[in-house]
Formats: sequence, structure tokens, C-alpha cells
Amino acid sequence: MLVDVHAHFYHERTGRADWRERNESRLTAGDRIGIDWHVASILSSWGHTSPTYFPSAADLSVANQQLRLLAAEHPTRIKGYVAVNPNFPAHALEEIARGAEAGMIGVKLAASRRADDPLLDPVCEVARDFGLPVLHHVWQHRRHEWPGQEASDGVELCRLAARHPQVNFLLAHLGGGGDWLHTLRAARTHGNVYLDLSGSGVDGGMLDAALSAVGAERLLWGADVTLCTGLAKLRYLERLLPSPEFDLVRGGNAARLFPRGAFP
Amino acid sequence: MIDVNVFLGPYPWRQLPGTSPEEVLGAMDRTGIGTAWVSHLPSLFWKDPVAGNGWLFDTVARHPRFWAVAVVHPGMPHWEEDLAEALNRGAVAIRADPGLLGLAPAGPEMLRLARAAGAAGLPLLAAVRLEDSRGRHPLDLAPELAPWAVRAWLRHDSSLRVVVTHADRGFIEEVHYGSTTEESERVWWDLSWVWDPPEDHLAHLLATLGSARFLFGSGQPLRLPETPVARLDLLSLGPADRERIVSGNAAQLATRRSGAT
Repeated sequence: MLVDVHAHFYHERTGRADWRERNESRLTAGDRIGIDWHVASILSSWGHTSPTYFPSAADLSVANQQLRLLAAEHPTRIKGYVAVNPNFPAHALEEIARGAEAGMIGVKLAASRRADDPLLDPVCEVARDFGLPVLHHVWQHRRHEWPGQEASDGVELCRLAARHPQVNFLLAHLGGGGDWLHTLRAARTHGNVYLDLSGSGVDGGMLDAALSAVGAERLLWGADVTLCTGLAKLRYLERLLPSPEFDLVRGGNAARLFPRGAFP
Repeated sequence: MIDVNVFLGPYPWRQLPGTSPEEVLGAMDRTGIGTAWVSHLPSLFWKDPVAGNGWLFDTVARHPRFWAVAVVHPGMPHWEEDLAEALNRGAVAIRADPGLLGLAPAGPEMLRLARAAGAAGLPLLAAVRLEDSRGRHPLDLAPELAPWAVRAWLRHDSSLRVVVTHADRGFIEEVHYGSTTEESERVWWDLSWVWDPPEDHLAHLLATLGSARFLFGSGQPLRLPETPVARLDLLSLGPADRERIVSGNAAQLATRRSGAT
């Protein structure tokens, strides 16, 4: 089984005239790669009616609903994360409950609030209650503030993970920009932090170093918005790893991490 | 397959595995790459980068699957001799990365080199970047190559041919549509930084610019050589177009350099 733990889709209110083409392109490429499940989020309006990383509650509700519709349209291919903004705590908790009851299998936190901020605690508590893992957007080694987002790095996410040992966290896109060496040092001692390998980065030595840092048991394959780099990493790992460990990264770890029966 | 974007030797900004000639050949075998245009990676950062060319020529002489891309620094005294040596020792191209050399990208030194490379029939190769700017070492502050510099080189000498690696769709289109047809037909782009699904930048560029403008390039060992192969495998590309990209265009560039046809 091959699971892309970091996928995204669009909908008609994301401001892109080609939103259907992009969704279809992901699914078509996924079929070529052999992806069984796209575990996806929609980042609210993708900046169309509120900022991508600081989304309004209304935009999040629309996006989560659109993702549920998409999952219903592709019941054997797409699963959803509930995307929330912790600056709106009551809305976030309601959205997670609504999503979990409708079959969504994880929580997506982007970059609206630093990962170690106390406002994220109630979100993690409700994720724990529903048995959902939390995928958190990470800038690998944030040396300073970046425009457009309140980015967090691995150290900050690991602080949150230490406060919530019963919740599993997906540290997003190790190849998604920044210094992954810093992240690997941060994550190696936190057993409830899993590394999602997605992102456009295909740096030589990155996958080898990730394996050394946390082992195959805590690596998750994903693509994010560049499926070509996802396929490249998959092919490299296939040569690098014995078959049982490769199967863990392809989907075995995901099957363990997400709610039981998430991938029938 | 011919990979036009390959480095040998260690990288100054982090520990990088797989940089020896033998390890790069192993990676080429793993991914089905037959021939590589190789640069000596450390010398890109040296004050006098030409000091690495001797090692490069000797290495290429020992490994016929490697073709040398020699560095020429047009800000150094007697750089013309370095260009002549590159020509005499069979370099497939020369490279000058103005950001790493500390030169104005379209200043007098680079323009002199553009003219000389054109006259010598040697393609001029330059990288937009070597790494994602978000992940670079804090002291690695060399500016990325800008599209206007490539346009200036192309305009300065009508016989110059340019190979640009690590360019994304925006960069490529800015040069292509900012140049005359004659100028844009003298520049080639590698695949190392052009994204595929779901944004489909590569498919779009192949549909609009055509396969004649593209070369197979990976940036290995700084980047996984599996990437451009994966990129091509996700396209609906006919065999003739694929052949042009993976080897035909590069072979033609090399052949024209040697004057065989």
C-alpha cells in the first residue's frame, strides 16, 4: 500500500480557474506512481478570500466541507485532514468534531500560530480524544520570521509533542525548504513525531540522514505539491531499504498512525 | 541518457555523500545515465576556481563516461589561456557562475567571456542556484543568477550558446519570451528545477517551448538523480521528444562544439 500523507486539493472558491485540472493532475499522476490513498487537506481558500496561512474560520469551514465532498466522490482514493486555525479555538474544536464524525482521519495545522503556543493545546487534546494524528506545517530551521506565515520549526513542534505524548504528530515536508539537518537533531528523541518526507527538496544525503536519525519506523512518504520529487524519493528508498522497512515508509507506518480502518 | 548537470568533489556547506567519481558512476548506473557533463564542485568556491580544472581533466581522462565542464573566471588575469586549455583538453562546455565568482552577472568580464565562448564554439553553462535558497548555509550568500543576465549574454554575442541549469518555469519563460526567436534558440534548460504534477510546469513548457530546448540534468550528487527520470516518467511524452531531452539535444550541443557536423 502506498499512502501520500501530505496531499492538497483545490475547490472552486480558491481563486484558481484551473482548480479542476490541478486536482485531476494529482489523481492521474497518483495512479501512475501507484498511490493508493491521498491523505489531503485544502488550505482554506489558498489566499483567495483570506491568507493561506492565516485563514478565516468561514474559509476553513468551506474548505473542509469541499474536501469531504471530494473524498465522497473518490471513496477509495482520498482521505481528509481537518484544517483549523488555533486562533479561533471554539471553531477549531467544532470543525475537528464535525470532520471526525464525517470520516476525516487527521488534523492539519499550518502556520497561523507557533507550534509551541498554548493555544494549540486544546486542539491537540481533542485530536487525542478522537484518536487523530496532527500534521503540522514546519519550516526546517526557522532562523527568523518569514512573511505570510507564523512558521514553526522542528524544535517548536517537538515542544508541543512533548506536552502531548498521547498524540502522534507528522512533522511536515522534510524536503519542503529550510535546513533539515536541524530538524533531524530535534526529532530524533521524540518518539511521537513522525517525519513526512514530502516537498520539492531532493537533497543528496537527506533520506539517508533521516533514516539514521529516526529509523524507517518514523518516516512517512508524501509528495505535497511536487509529485515528481515524491516519486524520485520513493525510487531512491526502494534501493536503499530492505523490503519490510520500505513497506513501512510506503504506508505501513501510516496505517498504524491514522485511525484503525482508515485505509480499507 | 546524458546528464548535463553533475558535480564531483565535496561541497563546502555540508557533508555530502556520494561525491567521488566512482560513487557518481554508481549513481549513474543506478538511474540509467550513460554520460555526465561534470564540474569540479569545490573549485566553484575557490578564489581561483581554475585550479580545479587540472584534476577535472585528469579524472575525465580516466573515466570516459565523464565529459568536462571547465570553470573559466573572466575576472582573472590571462583567463583566455584557461579558455584555450578547456578547448584543447576537450571540455564539452565551460562554466562561469557570476554569483559564486563575485562578478556582475552582465558586467564587462562576463560579456567578454560570452564573446570568447561564442568564438570558441564552447557552450557557456551557468547554474541559477545550487540549493534551495531556504536551506542554504547562513554564510552562503552568493546571489542567484537572474534572467536578465542570461538575456544580456545572448544579446551580446550572436554565436554564443548557453546552458542554464536549476532554472524554474518563471525564469525560463522570462528569458524565452524576453528574447528573439534567434536568441532563444541558443539557450538550453535542464530539468532539475522544473516541477511536474500537479502544477505541470514541465508539461506546459514542453508544449509551449518544445522539446528542443530541454536537456536532462539532475544536479547530482547535491540532488537525487532519480528526480529528472521521475519527472519524465510522469509526462505523456512521445519517444522522439523523450530521446531529444535525455540525450539528443545534449549530443548535438557536444557535436557542434567539436565541429564534427
